[in-house]
Amino acid sequence: MIDIALWIALALFCAAVALNFYRVVIGPSLPDRILAVDTMYMNSIALIVLFGIWLNGKNYFEAALLIAMLGFVSTVAVCKYLLRGDIIE
Amino acid sequence: MLDSILEGVIAFMLVAGGAFAFIGSLGLTHLKDFYMRLHGPSKTTTLGVGCTLIGSLIYFSLREGPVVQEFLITIFAFITTPVSAHMLAKSALHHKLEPDPRTRGRPMELENERPKHTIEEAPQGKSPLP
Amino acid sequence: MIPPTRWLPMPVLSLLLLIVWLLLQQSIALGQWILGGALAIVIPVVCRPFWERQPTIKRPWKLIVYILRALKDIVVANLQVSKLILDPRGRMRPAFVEYPLTLKENFPITILASTITLTPGTVSAHLRLDGRTLLIHALDVADIDNLVDEIHQRYERPLMEIFES
Repeated sequence: MIDIALWIALALFCAAVALNFYRVVIGPSLPDRILAVDTMYMNSIALIVLFGIWLNGKNYFEAALLIAMLGFVSTVAVCKYLLRGDIIE
Repeated sequence: MLDSILEGVIAFMLVAGGAFAFIGSLGLTHLKDFYMRLHGPSKTTTLGVGCTLIGSLIYFSLREGPVVQEFLITIFAFITTPVSAHMLAKSALHHKLEPDPRTRGRPMELENERPKHTIEEAPQGKSPLP
Repeated sequence: MIPPTRWLPMPVLSLLLLIVWLLLQQSIALGQWILGGALAIVIPVVCRPFWERQPTIKRPWKLIVYILRALKDIVVANLQVSKLILDPRGRMRPAFVEYPLTLKENFPITILASTITLTPGTVSAHLRLDGRTLLIHALDVADIDNLVDEIHQRYERPLMEIFES
């Protein structure tokens, strides 16, 4: 049962990443693109965790934690840049 | 007996997480303006990823004794997503992205002229910025 | 709560760091306690100049009730937003709403803004510090006054009871 659920979830997350990529490509404005990249890293966290379940390895969570932290920091840094024109004032 | 119930819970969590994340990305793709697109990722994707992480938590706890690290990522995601959504909305207001014509109420941030610190050609489309 | 001292300027943060360290290491061996304890003392002392004044939590049990209610609202909010996104006719009534704040301190305002973003149909967009208002974008709202009233009753008043008063 878990196998089937795993396949369905993987397919849904891959479709979600594809939709995000579409928005990155066509996004009319810069904040749109940042939002799409932000969503993409959230989805990739879930993809890595699902991959860990699939391979039955516990260590994949560390990669997920690193992606979560770096993604958040970079999103806020780019937003700061758009707001002020400088990263460091 | 308990194992099969827990397996059902894990399967439900994984599928529900995937469905929520997919709906969030669908909203990101087909809603009309930026402020409406912000709703999909900030709420739905977060809950989707959270559901998946909880499913993984139960799965590994069942296999090899209690595991808690996934819970840390879940809490981290729920704390940080509102902050980045707020920052994105602020930068969109700063760049004066036009809301959908159906939107009621017009904030004064969209009215007055640009503040001093704006970069010149950043707001729309083809920008030289990274 | 635990009173701050010279070596523990932020006791709650220190406790949190120790707990997170032990959870990350997945062990309660003596060595992990010592290393985690050392980190929990050194990190707050080093990064103290960057922090604002710590708020005092007056009623911790109400904070727990608040978190549980927020979790329930997150699930409800997600079902609502999913329904709106999947609705093929796309009947949405988006609006910008100005919400007058009565909270004074920065940390409770941050929690309120985060809760608003995670719960039904609203994203906090901009905080105007001069006029003490919060700009909210709502995805589907029928009555603006009703929305402001609901946020005040449901989230802001409990936060005031927890942190201020």
